[in-house]
Amino acid sequence: MQSGSVKPKLNSATDAGRVVELTNISKSFPGVIANRDISLQIDRATIHAIVGENGAGKSTLMKILYGLHQPDSGTIAINGVITQFKSPSEAMAAGIGMVHQHFMLADNLTVLENIILGSEPTKYGVLSLGDARKHVNELATSIGVEIDLDLPISDLGVGQRQRVEILKVLFRGAEILVLDEPTAVLVPQEVDELFTNLRKLVANGTTILFISHKLDEVLSISDQITVIRQGSTVATVSPKSIDRLRLAELMVGSDLPSHGERTTKVGEKIQLSARNLTVVAKNRKNPVQNVSFDIFESEIIGIAGVDGNGQFELCEALLGLVDTQGTVEIGGIDASNLNVRERLDQGLAYIPFDRHREGLMLTASLWENALLGHENSLSRGPMIDVESAKKSCREIIERFGVMTPSELVPAFVLSGGNQQKLVVGRNLATAPKVLIAAHPTRGIDVGAQAAVWDEIRRSRDAGMSVLLVSADLEEILGLSDRILVMFDGKISAELDPKKATPQILGKYMTGAQ
Amino acid sequence: MNQQLSSKRNSDSMRKSLNTLGSSVAAVILALVICGVLLLITGKNPLMAYGKILETGLTSEKFLEMLKRATPLIFSAIAVAIGFKMNLFNIGVEGQYLFAALISAEMGTHVSLPAPLHVLFILIVAMVSGAAWASIAAILKITRGINEVISTIMLNYIALSFIQWIFETFFRDDSDGGLNVKTTEIAPSGRMPDLVHDRLNGMFIVALFVAFLYWVVVFRSRFGFQLRASGLNPIAARTAGIPAKRMILFALLLSGAVAGLVAMPSVIGDVYAYGPSSTPTQFGFAGITVALLGRNHPFGIVVAAMLFGFLDSTSAVLQLSEIPSSIVKVIQAIIVLVVVIVNEASSRRYNRKIAEQAALSSKSMDVRS
Repeated sequence: MQSGSVKPKLNSATDAGRVVELTNISKSFPGVIANRDISLQIDRATIHAIVGENGAGKSTLMKILYGLHQPDSGTIAINGVITQFKSPSEAMAAGIGMVHQHFMLADNLTVLENIILGSEPTKYGVLSLGDARKHVNELATSIGVEIDLDLPISDLGVGQRQRVEILKVLFRGAEILVLDEPTAVLVPQEVDELFTNLRKLVANGTTILFISHKLDEVLSISDQITVIRQGSTVATVSPKSIDRLRLAELMVGSDLPSHGERTTKVGEKIQLSARNLTVVAKNRKNPVQNVSFDIFESEIIGIAGVDGNGQFELCEALLGLVDTQGTVEIGGIDASNLNVRERLDQGLAYIPFDRHREGLMLTASLWENALLGHENSLSRGPMIDVESAKKSCREIIERFGVMTPSELVPAFVLSGGNQQKLVVGRNLATAPKVLIAAHPTRGIDVGAQAAVWDEIRRSRDAGMSVLLVSADLEEILGLSDRILVMFDGKISAELDPKKATPQILGKYMTGAQ
Repeated sequence: MNQQLSSKRNSDSMRKSLNTLGSSVAAVILALVICGVLLLITGKNPLMAYGKILETGLTSEKFLEMLKRATPLIFSAIAVAIGFKMNLFNIGVEGQYLFAALISAEMGTHVSLPAPLHVLFILIVAMVSGAAWASIAAILKITRGINEVISTIMLNYIALSFIQWIFETFFRDDSDGGLNVKTTEIAPSGRMPDLVHDRLNGMFIVALFVAFLYWVVVFRSRFGFQLRASGLNPIAARTAGIPAKRMILFALLLSGAVAGLVAMPSVIGDVYAYGPSSTPTQFGFAGITVALLGRNHPFGIVVAAMLFGFLDSTSAVLQLSEIPSSIVKVIQAIIVLVVVIVNEASSRRYNRKIAEQAALSSKSMDVRS
C-alpha cells in the first residue's frame, strides 16, 4: 500500500479559517474501496460532526487523519499546509489528538499521573509534578471541568474518566480534537456536561471532530455535519437546515422502518414475577431493595433509570448471579433457589449490559460465541456438535443480519453493532419465554438499532415477555407497555408510556419527584 | 458459492496454522543465532557446536533418546496447559507428580494383578494422587479465593518435605541393609514394557494418547468448551450459566491427574520404584516452558517436548567436545523467550490483518445487499 499519486496543491493555503482540509482522499484495501474521493473542510474553532453507520468508512478516514493509515491518493492539509502523517506521533505533533471510545487509563494511577503519562514534564531529568499540576489545572478551568487531580482513576465515573482522556490529549498540545463516539457511554446528564465542556473548548479556539451516530446529539452540538455512507461523503449540512429523520435517511441511504403501534395484545399469564427482591451487599447499601413486579406474556416492561441505581444488580438477581432475598418465579415456577443455568433452562435469556465484559469471548470465533450458554442443546453426548453449532451460528448471522465474512472469524473483528446483533441473536434464537434486555442497542447505529428493536417486537408478538433496562428514553418510551422507574435501588414510579414524556421520566429518574 | 466459501474457509484456517508454524520456526532460528553470538563471545565456534549437535542428534540412538526424554515433558506440559486454558497457573506440577510417584510406586507393590491391570492400577493411583494433591490448591481457591500461583508454589515445598517424611518413615525398603534408598521394587506384572529394549518405554505411547485425549476433551467436548470459555471471559461464562467454582475444581483436578503421570516413565518403565535420587525432578517447571512453546496445543506440545528432548540428549556430547553443556539450557531458555515474543508480535499482526479484511468484506457485502 504505497501512497501513490499524491498531487501537490498550491491553492490550499487561501482560507485562513480552514484548519483541516481533506481533498479527494481515497483508500482501498485489496479488493475493496474503503474511502472514495472524500473531501472535507473543517473550520477553526467549530464542532464538525461526522456521522455514518458502522462500517461506513468513518474510522478509516479518522485513521488516515491520525496517521494510522496512509491514503492511496488525495491530500491532507493542516492549517493550509499539505502534510503526510506516517504515524500517530507525527499527527500528534501537528496538533491532532484523539479520544478513543474505549478509555485507555491506568486504574491505579491518579488523575494527574494519567494525564502526564507518556509526556511527563521533567526538570534536570527529574519528574516535576508541580508544573504539570499547574498546567492541568489551567486547562481544566478553561474548559470548565472540575476534577480532583489526586483521585485514583478507579474512583471516577465514566463521565469523569472521559474528561481525563480529553485533558490528557489537550495536555499534549492538541488543537484539533477527534472524539470517537464520545457519548456512547454517557447518561443524559453527563452528555450535557460534556457538551458544556466542548463548547468552552471551541470558544478557546480548539477545533473538534465529533464522530457519532446519535443524531439528536449531533444536531444539538455541531456547527457542521458531514454524512458518510459506503466510503463516500454524501452531504455536508448545517444542523439548522435538516431534521433528524432526514439525517437518518441520508445516513442509511433509504427510508427507515417505521414502528407503528403494536397490533397484538398483552397476554394473561404471568411469565416473570419478582416479589420483595433485595440484593444484599456487604459494606454498602443494598443496591436493590424490595423490588416487586410481574411481567405478563407478550409484554415489555421498561426499567428507566440513571445508570447505577440498581438496574445492573436487579438483572444479576433475576439471573441468579448474586445472593438475594425474596422470590423470583419464571413461567410460574419458583426459581429462587435455582442456579443460573437452571434459570436459563426455564426459558430465561439475558442480553447483558456490556457485551465485551459479560457477553463475548472476543478472541474466540463467532460460532463459539453463539454456542456460549447453549452448549447443552448443541452437544451430542459429552461432545460439542461442531457442525450443528456452526449451522446454528450461520442461522443467527442470516436472521439478524450480522455482517461478517463467515462464522469462523473471531468476535473482535466485528463492529460493535454486529457484535451486539450476534449477542441479541444468540439470546432470541432459542425463543425464550422471558428476555432480560439491558441496553440492547447501546453504542450501535440506527440501522442496527432498528433491526434489534424489530426482532424484540417480533419475539414479543410471539409471546415473549421482556424486561427492558435502558437509559435511552426513546427506546423505553417506544417499546414498553409499562414503565417502571428505578431510583436508588427502589421502584420509584410506574408510568404509562402513552402519558409519560422524557421530562416526566427525567424527574422520577433523578429523584426530584 | 458455497463451495467457494468453504474452500476459502479452509485456506483461512490453513493460513493461520502456517502463520503459527512459520513464526515458531523463525523464532527457533533466531534463538540459534542469538546463542551463536553468545558462543562466539565465550570463544567457541558456534558452527562447530551446532554441527556437533546435529551430527549426534541425527543418529537413531539419539532419536530414541529424544523420544524418551520428551515423554515426561509431554505429560507435564499438558498438565500445565489444561490450567492455562482457563487462566489457571498450575505451578505445582512438580509437587503433584512427585507425590503421585511415591504413592503409586508404593501402592503398586501391595497388589497382585495380571500384567495389564496391574499397570493400569498404578497409573490410576498416580493420577488420583496427583489430582488429590492438586485439589488442595483448588479447594483453597474456591473457598478462600487464594491465588493458585501462590498456593501451588508453596505446596511444592510442602510436597517435598512431606514426601521425604512419608518415604523415610513408612515406605523405604530397608531389606537391603539401608543401602537401597528406594521403595520396594514393583513386580514385573506392574511394569510398563519397553517399545525398544532399554531405549524407549511404552509410556511414550501413553503420552501421545494423553495428548490426543487432551485435544478431544479440551477442544471438542462440552466440558472443554466450558473450560475454555471460563478462561477466555470468566464473567461471560458465569453469565451464561457456567459454574465458575466447579470449573476451577475440575480443571485443577484434571491438571493434577495428568501431572501424576510425569514420573511414570521412571517409576514403572525404568527404576520400578520411587527413590529420592532415582525419581527425576524439575519436570514440573520444564513443562511450563514446553506448554508455552507449544502454545497449549497438543501438537505444538508434542513437537516442543521433542525439541527440548533433542537438545537435552545432545548435552553430554557437547561436553566431550569442550563446549559447555549448559549452552543447551541457554538455547532452550532463549528459544522460549524468542518464541513468546515472536508469536505475540505475529499474532497481533495477523489479528490486525483479519480484522481489516473482515471489516472490508462485510462492507462489500453491505454494498451488494
